[in-house]
Amino acid sequence: MSWQIIQQSLPMFQKGFILTLQMSALGILGAIILGLMCSLCQYFKIPVLKQIVGAYIELSRNTPLLIQLFFIYYGLPGIGLKLSAYTCGIIGLIFLGGSYMAEGFSGGFDGIPNSQIESGKAIGLSQGQLTRYVVFPQGFALSIPALAANIIFLIKETSIFTVIAIPELTNTALDLIGLYYHTNEYLLVLVVGYAIILIPLSIILTWLERRIRYGTFGD
Amino acid sequence: MAHSGINLIFEGQNLPRLLGGLWITIRVALIAIIAGGVLGIFLGVLRTFKNRLLRFILRLYLEFFRIVPTVVLLFLFYYILPKSMNLNLPAAEVATLVFTLWMAAEASDIVRGALISVPQHQVDSGLAIGLNRSQLYYYVLIPQSLKLMLPAMMNLISRIIKTTSLLLLISVLDVINVGQQIIEANQKQYPQGAFWVYGVIFVLYFLICYPFSLLAKKLQKD
Amino acid sequence: MTELLRVEHLNKAYGEVPVLQDISFTVNTGEVQVVLGPSGSGKSTLIRCLNGLEPYQSGTIYFQGQKIDPTPKNWQLLRQKIGMVFQSYDLFPNLNIMDNITLGPIKVQKQSKATAQKEALRLLDTVGLADYTAKFPRELSGGQKQRIAIVRALALHPDFMLFDEVTASLDPEMVRGVLEIMANLAKQKMTMIVVTHEMNFAQQIADNVLFLDDGHILESTPGKDFFTNPQTDRAKEFLQSMDF
Repeated sequence: MSWQIIQQSLPMFQKGFILTLQMSALGILGAIILGLMCSLCQYFKIPVLKQIVGAYIELSRNTPLLIQLFFIYYGLPGIGLKLSAYTCGIIGLIFLGGSYMAEGFSGGFDGIPNSQIESGKAIGLSQGQLTRYVVFPQGFALSIPALAANIIFLIKETSIFTVIAIPELTNTALDLIGLYYHTNEYLLVLVVGYAIILIPLSIILTWLERRIRYGTFGD
Repeated sequence: MAHSGINLIFEGQNLPRLLGGLWITIRVALIAIIAGGVLGIFLGVLRTFKNRLLRFILRLYLEFFRIVPTVVLLFLFYYILPKSMNLNLPAAEVATLVFTLWMAAEASDIVRGALISVPQHQVDSGLAIGLNRSQLYYYVLIPQSLKLMLPAMMNLISRIIKTTSLLLLISVLDVINVGQQIIEANQKQYPQGAFWVYGVIFVLYFLICYPFSLLAKKLQKD
Repeated sequence: MTELLRVEHLNKAYGEVPVLQDISFTVNTGEVQVVLGPSGSGKSTLIRCLNGLEPYQSGTIYFQGQKIDPTPKNWQLLRQKIGMVFQSYDLFPNLNIMDNITLGPIKVQKQSKATAQKEALRLLDTVGLADYTAKFPRELSGGQKQRIAIVRALALHPDFMLFDEVTASLDPEMVRGVLEIMANLAKQKMTMIVVTHEMNFAQQIADNVLFLDDGHILESTPGKDFFTNPQTDRAKEFLQSMDF
């Protein structure tokens, strides 16, 4: 293990690190928006859209990101749709994450006790008011743990971007290993790189989860 | 001719080769699920014990496998086993080892969660009729928590199967790797081969994973 | 005495299983109807039907002489006039006590915030919880939550109140405070339908008792007579089993 080798590689890793963060942020944001829209289609049982969303969720959840990326990046140009690796990565992450986020939100909405809906009705709330004052605030709070787990899951999934040669963290490490063979050093930096992102995030999300749950729920 | 790209799948030995690759994939997953599942139940039971050091070590093991992306785990074992332990395993066996340890880590958390959610009065009544600790686990806690852990286990199994797609990265001749070879070998004749081959693999994965997620949903409802 | 609510030949079933059969009764303004009966007799289902929370297969409910057309929209409008309190209190955990109480008056009845809050404070004072406006439900005891739930229903100034076993999940020492509030309401001539297992309390406030068994009304007897001189053997057995 040589500290010098690690030091020399840091500028390269820094670029990969930033790219991992950037693509994660965009992909997660997109996944949350897509997931929320999908779960609303399901919660309000909107005809046709509800079925389409159901099929999308099953397809996305039951296939690996790697093959989704291969299909988008290598397969789609065959029918005339050519996208950059970066765009493919973001699309892939949103396609994968959207279904996980949708299930997270749906779990929250379904987790609201029926008695809450009934006592809302009992004071005369309309369907819209019930949604706004009872279903949304409670459903969001209940879905936070699932969303937090999904965020961590999606960040880890960005490591698969290496297969379409996006120079994120993992790809950077593999490239360096291929060039200079300092396997131990580069793998160490790689693991530390993910740990720097994921450990604090996991602590923050656990804290946030407790705070939100404590702020609104629990006895 | 894009429309005839599908013919690539059925040409020569292509389909049997793909399915052969799929079998390699499934074999890795299967061994990992069974071996990791058994190990995971054992570790999960250990994690409900009072010994703090033991619990800390097992927690550390779980968190390590949780924090490090699976791609990175694969490379860690792939590169480091031969170098530092002088253990030269074929890539497929390295992968099986990684997936087994990963399955065990995640399964131990599911098992622990289910065990500690069995109500305390069940434990008390078990102890009250004179069961010892292993009898308590065997006759009371594990049977009662099985129902709680099954949906999560199904989801985990489907996750393991999906993640076997990463085998390609350490050069295991899995279904995707075979697919790539087919695409490259027929590049001239079938320029759109990638669309069809990856499309077929996409569908294959779906067909294998979907039953597990259906089962998980059904078990959750019961 | 003016008639406030009349139920005629109400029938309800879950699938094939009948839960309520040919239920008919009348409630006059200012009257307290206590609904008694063994568990599973259909008491809770009956009062849930009166608030439109359970659909019924046949029969008619008249409110202030008007036949209720049981559409969701109609029920939503009617529920402002019918207060209901549940066994599990069901305050909204995401809102503080003041917002729990004023949500209905402000959003449903379009009262101004100032009016609604002033009224909420007055009502809270009557149940001894005026200092609790900024607290959240999780900070309160079961008995306090149930008192708040009663205030939340009263804040809409309903024409009558439904109470569904409101003390059933409270610790014994919390029960009295809640029952006192209900007894006070009865004194102020609030029309009430009360499902309860508290027999002493029932005897104290009941103008009339509906005794339900297996989905039927077996008897409808004035409160002063039911406890001393029930008409049916089932009711006698029931009173004995309740140690009364």
